[in-house]
Amino acid sequence: MSKTFSFRRFGMSFYFILLMLPIYWMVSMSVQPNEDILGSFQWFPSNFTLDNYRTIFTDSSWYSGYINSIQYTLMNTVFSLTVALPAAYAFSRYSFAGDNQLFFWLLTNRMAPPAVFLLPMFTLFQSFGILDTTLAVALAHMLFNVPLSVWILEGFISGIPRSIDETAAIDGYSFPRFFIRVLIPLIKSGIGVAAFFCFMFSWVELLFARTLTAAEAKPIAVTMTRTVGASGVDWGLLTAAGSLTLIPGVIVIWFVRKHIATGFALGRV
Amino acid sequence: MTQAVKPRDNRAWYLVAPVMVSIVFTAVIPLMMVINYSVQDIFGQSRLFVGADWFNKTLEDPAFRGSFLRNLAFSIQVLIIQIPLGIVLGLGLPKKGWRSSMALVLMAMPLLIPFNVVGTIWLVFARGDIGLGGYFLNNIVGLDINYAQDSFDAWTTVLVMDTWHWTPLVALLVYAGLRAIPDAYYQAATIDGASKFAIFRYVQLPRLRGVLTIAVLLRFMDSFMIFTEPFVLTGGGPGDTTNFLSISLAQLAQAFNLGPAAAYSLVYFFFIQLSCFIFFTILKRF
Amino acid sequence: MAEIRLVDLNHQYDVGGAYALKDVNLTWDDGGAYALLGPSGCGKTTMLNIISGLVRPSEGAVMFNDVDVARTSTADRDIAQVFQFPVIYESMTVRENLEFPLRNRGISKRDASARAVEIAELLQIDHMMKRRAQQLTADAKQLVSLARALVRREVSAILFDEPLTVIDPQKKWELRQALKRVHAELNHTLVYVTHDQTEALTFADEVVVMNAGGVMQKGTPVDLFEQPANTFVGNFIGSPGMNFFSAKVENGVASLAGTKLLEVPSGTQANGDPSDVIGVRPEFVRWHSTPADQRVPVTVTKLNDVGTAVMATFTVDGATGMARLPISDRPETGPGWVSFSRLQLFRNGDSLDNCKPIGLAEGASRA
Repeated sequence: MSKTFSFRRFGMSFYFILLMLPIYWMVSMSVQPNEDILGSFQWFPSNFTLDNYRTIFTDSSWYSGYINSIQYTLMNTVFSLTVALPAAYAFSRYSFAGDNQLFFWLLTNRMAPPAVFLLPMFTLFQSFGILDTTLAVALAHMLFNVPLSVWILEGFISGIPRSIDETAAIDGYSFPRFFIRVLIPLIKSGIGVAAFFCFMFSWVELLFARTLTAAEAKPIAVTMTRTVGASGVDWGLLTAAGSLTLIPGVIVIWFVRKHIATGFALGRV
Repeated sequence: MTQAVKPRDNRAWYLVAPVMVSIVFTAVIPLMMVINYSVQDIFGQSRLFVGADWFNKTLEDPAFRGSFLRNLAFSIQVLIIQIPLGIVLGLGLPKKGWRSSMALVLMAMPLLIPFNVVGTIWLVFARGDIGLGGYFLNNIVGLDINYAQDSFDAWTTVLVMDTWHWTPLVALLVYAGLRAIPDAYYQAATIDGASKFAIFRYVQLPRLRGVLTIAVLLRFMDSFMIFTEPFVLTGGGPGDTTNFLSISLAQLAQAFNLGPAAAYSLVYFFFIQLSCFIFFTILKRF
Repeated sequence: MAEIRLVDLNHQYDVGGAYALKDVNLTWDDGGAYALLGPSGCGKTTMLNIISGLVRPSEGAVMFNDVDVARTSTADRDIAQVFQFPVIYESMTVRENLEFPLRNRGISKRDASARAVEIAELLQIDHMMKRRAQQLTADAKQLVSLARALVRREVSAILFDEPLTVIDPQKKWELRQALKRVHAELNHTLVYVTHDQTEALTFADEVVVMNAGGVMQKGTPVDLFEQPANTFVGNFIGSPGMNFFSAKVENGVASLAGTKLLEVPSGTQANGDPSDVIGVRPEFVRWHSTPADQRVPVTVTKLNDVGTAVMATFTVDGATGMARLPISDRPETGPGWVSFSRLQLFRNGDSLDNCKPIGLAEGASRA
């Protein structure tokens, strides 16, 4: 027993080291001056510097990218959950004309390649005059986050016995009041998990974010491409900006770490 | 499974309405626009109806076929590597205590890195001169890795990158599925004298069916739509070695070749929907 | 098959934590049918898991036919267990489920198959042998897990952990009958954990009542009902449980509301203890409209028809009691008298043996 256990632990440790090495490398480059990066190879940074980060935090064209990214990610999370909640409730509680087909069709939207929707969405948002705003990106990301949220929330709501709805109705709760006061508190962790996934997919997506923005609403991930200049790549700045994009993710995972397991397991297939 | 019969009530459509509105604007209208483009030749203000021309051209285009087959091969390799690896990792994750929280957080990290940053990380990491991975392989193991020049190296690097990036998703799904198995199942198997392998084969695997369906579906579809990471890493090169469907589609779209891009999109879209449906039907049967 | 003896068993799940089991000494005879009864969290499941080997006891021995197996692995103990909800191998057919424990022990396909059929016939599930276990109903699944527990010939004991929880009441009865039939036929040692006393009392030859990690009493259903060893068993067994009234013991005589009821045996504390209570089951209370010797004055406050009987609530000396009276003997509310056909004195919660009821025929109470 203990023998296989230590073998397992060894294997897992090895995996985690491999998993972390590329990230370590990026972070370690971000705290080195460019001369060191391009100079002789070194395992650990020898001249520690925060200059690259200083540049990002003092130059508005850098940090506004960061703010833009967070802005559309949060907007998208709120929008997606708001429209997904009632729908998830409907799928979980009622059968209605075309419900199964609709559910499947929603899921296939999650599977649609963003590249396909790129051009028309560009044209569409242009005609609405919202091109190059964070709103445009937030709306575009609803394409895949709404189906996902419906799917996750449906699983959680189905875990709440229907008798709760009936009790609330008998107690004289109107539907909206029941929804906000009774149901939402009950599926808190489900909402947390869905929010996590919305945040995650919106934060990491780049194709829409890049196409639908030009200057004003450019996300951090796109700003990064600026580091490739005439004099070659500014590795220090590039990796510093990259390292900064890790932070929101780590914070969000830390909050939902207890629910990740349940969140992944729920949902109907 | 044991779900009670749901009451039939078409008023539930009101609750679904907001989702429908969002989907109409983000999926239906754009899709209709794509269809509209795909049957016309658009050049500035002039539009000419061309019927199925663009579709025929796309299907006959050797570049499209090349990308398609390349993408298919890539997705299959992704599944072959990542699903078993994810299962092993999911089984190996610690089950409780701070170790478990820590492992989950670390494991989920690659999933929360913007795609182009993933590309950037590997762009740096795999370089032979300044990257830890490339340097290690070239100077200590004694290989000669150069993903920018050698097509085999480029392909392998993209595959390793994708495995690094997405295997955690499979592992987390498996982990979640395993947590949902009640202890009694393991106890019964122990009492029945089942070997470790028999426990895996008859207790764990059947109960992972649901999460594995999701894992296979997500991994197949997402790897079939892969764009940003190879775009940043190799730009589709060297030559066409890593030129996947989305990359060549984006090139068409950026050139505002609306008609061909739209036809290309639709063929692509149709294939994805079809395989999604086939997967769904097959996996549901087991 | 084996006699199972638990010797000085103690168990804590966490070092320094509360005891889940304390000072347990118990013997299960070979071939007996036992029920393990107690409220939730009393240590029943812990005890079961210690016997099956899923839990290792902190202290003490688990003897199977005089061999200590407390540190032997589950698979080597030859124990079978049926769980609270059906545990089956969903990807296998019913037949494969039944053959699985045999095949794991190196029994040939042919013999395993023959045995599977034999047990399936016994439990009347032979018609579903070819079906995938996943498609069965909950009670059919539970029958399959039951059958899987029975296929191994050499098992020392079969343990049941509240196996009928998920089953419809009507099917429960059928399953219990199946279980009894199997026991009559195969004569395994059966240990059946439940918190439902009807289930325990109808199933078992002997019942072990547990509370807070300790064994309260082991005895036949009749023993538990007529001679509870302590107030816990008195209260836990029976519906409603035993009535308890604080008693006054003076000069070797226990009385309630001034009525002398019991003679305390010589040699015990003659002048009583504040913890002394007289216990009497509602079934052993009779109502009278007139006073007489050994009749206790009471006030009947409430009557409740329960079909075959009348449940009367009465107060005596400020305490409340219940009586289950025949319909023909319907009392009136207000003042009246009751007599007890069987009663016990408890001191510090334990039954005080050898009390002699006053004015009752010898042997009607605890001897």
